[in-house]
Amino acid sequence: METSYQHPSPEGYYGRFGGAYIPEMLFPNVEELQARYLQIMEEPAFRQEFNELLRDYVGRPSPLYLARRLSQAYGVQLYLKREDLNHTGAHKINNTIGQILLAERLGKKRIIAETGAGQHGVATATVCALKGLECIVYMGEKDIERQAPNVARMHMLGAKVIPATSGSKTLKDATNEAIRDWINHPHDTHYIIGSVVGPHPYPDMVARFQSIISEETRWQLKEKTGRETPDRVIACVGGGSNAAGAFYHFLDEPQVELVAVEAAGLGIHSGLSAATTALGRPGILHGSKSIVMQTEDGQVVEPHSISAGLDYPGIGPLHAHLFDSGRGKFLSATDEESVRAAFKLAQLEGIIPALESAHALAALDQLDLVNGETIVLCLSGRGDKDMATYMKQLQMTNGANYE
Amino acid sequence: MSKIKSVFVPGKAGGILNVYITAGYPQLNSLAEILPALQDGGADLVEIGIPYSDPLADGPVIQHSSTVALANGMTLQLLLEQLSALKDRLTVPVILMGYMNSVMQYGFEKFCADAAAAGVSGLILPDLPEFEFRKEYGAVINRNGLDFIFLVTPETAEERVRRLDELSNGFLYAVSSSSTTGSDKDMSAVIDYLQRLKKMKLKNPVLVGFGIRDRQSFAAATAIADGAIIGSAFIQSLENSSDPAADTTRFLQSIRS
Ligand SMILES: Cc1ncc(COP(=O)(O)O)c(C=O)c1O
Repeated sequence: METSYQHPSPEGYYGRFGGAYIPEMLFPNVEELQARYLQIMEEPAFRQEFNELLRDYVGRPSPLYLARRLSQAYGVQLYLKREDLNHTGAHKINNTIGQILLAERLGKKRIIAETGAGQHGVATATVCALKGLECIVYMGEKDIERQAPNVARMHMLGAKVIPATSGSKTLKDATNEAIRDWINHPHDTHYIIGSVVGPHPYPDMVARFQSIISEETRWQLKEKTGRETPDRVIACVGGGSNAAGAFYHFLDEPQVELVAVEAAGLGIHSGLSAATTALGRPGILHGSKSIVMQTEDGQVVEPHSISAGLDYPGIGPLHAHLFDSGRGKFLSATDEESVRAAFKLAQLEGIIPALESAHALAALDQLDLVNGETIVLCLSGRGDKDMATYMKQLQMTNGANYE
Repeated sequence: MSKIKSVFVPGKAGGILNVYITAGYPQLNSLAEILPALQDGGADLVEIGIPYSDPLADGPVIQHSSTVALANGMTLQLLLEQLSALKDRLTVPVILMGYMNSVMQYGFEKFCADAAAAGVSGLILPDLPEFEFRKEYGAVINRNGLDFIFLVTPETAEERVRRLDELSNGFLYAVSSSSTTGSDKDMSAVIDYLQRLKKMKLKNPVLVGFGIRDRQSFAAATAIADGAIIGSAFIQSLENSSDPAADTTRFLQSIRS
């Protein structure tokens, strides 16, 4: 039997990962989604509205850009998939547009979301404003302090930002709080999860919404090179949604190497890292079985990355399966390597990337590149939100002062 | 007959009282004082929470107790050791409540075997779904002679309530409304729901939990259900306790005496 990496089993399994490990209190909400998501996503009216919004509101298709000077530096043909040019500055909006249309069709009036750096929170607040729906974003108390500009953006868009004060007060805990909110609102609320994580059907649903990335890549690459498939696709992985979208239409083409780049923080063995596949074990987090960073006793540990979007102790079950099966190649880049890669892109191509995307760029230094090979790299977001971190680096290297 | 089921004596006055405590709270070794005090003070069942870093179904009070317990150094292994040491002093049936990740890391088979050996009678794992239970885990649980208790809520469809009742042993856990633990409840809505369950004539007795916090709510719940579970309110009563045994006795007296 031919198996596909694209589609999970009816119970939401990719190999041995996935499923829906949820308390009974969540069952009605999750079951409703499981029963209806595919049918709704396939309705012609849904598809039409989704595609129109992606075109006219998000600005899709996002360009596939041949980065000539960076290509030259590595001796390859490097194409950047420019998700950074999307409205709100990252790939996250592909998913929130899809889910808000779904929520509307499910008759939901109240939208909740979790956010780390605030990119997914902003993308959710944006689509809620677009549709006139109430929006509540859970954000770790620590992240609220670290990411003030995105908190202000969410406020300006009319969303309510609720600090998650439990546990380590970051993304993992914001996700717990969002799930608890959903438990307490079994009727009127849709939870727009921000990555390919969570109980089935979220990983599949979010991957489908993000799959527009590789759908466009294929025809764009064909236009530019005559070939639909590159030799490699590279993407960073926090939960894994931009990677899932960038890989999606290449998953079942084994000649395309899929490179997933995690955040190594200060180094994989520094104790301050978010390299889940290197440090984690199979476990359950936020409703699905995947690979989880945890203690021997099964307590989920707090990861570290300079990039808040990659600062997550798990990965989506699709990625756990790509890792487990060997279909995906998993690398990691440190904080320092990623900042360096961001400066390199800025100075060679005039593009300031998000710190998350900079991890994907940093992986170019780790790969055995074949001269002239074709690479597609998902530039998941722009660096505006990360200027404070980049300013620190500039202050260190050339003594500039931006006070 | 299972040890849990044997506490449901027909005609027993006042309803079954099941009290929840997080292991390792307020102090690492508090179970040694609290469990005997619960037994002597008239608790019919005790439910022990396995502290976890990410307890999705729990409200702030139980979350906090989990955080304190973990900071005290509680682990699942240590919990089972503590229970083994208390085994001979306890006649009250012990139920372990926890999340799947803790149990998976310990090893599911080994967990069931070690729990049974430590005198545990039943398990509540709220994030173990029916599908996985049927496929894999139910057989292991039953093989080790443990009762497994599913949760139902007011949103659970009747047909599903019947299926979960069929798979459960000991009792069925009726969550009083769709919520996390410790939230306040409109008791009249809870009463309607309990009456609905009662009319279904289920295989198992029904214990109601989440939001039962004092004499009034316990009496209201047990006027219809076979019993009730008190967690957050008990844990709150132990906050800053210097004598958990005495405070446990006092708490039980406040519920029924
Ligand atoms: C620009 C950008 N890239 C990547 C990520 C990581 O998420 P994922 O792994 O789901 O793509 C984020 C998350 O905030 C982000 O903002």
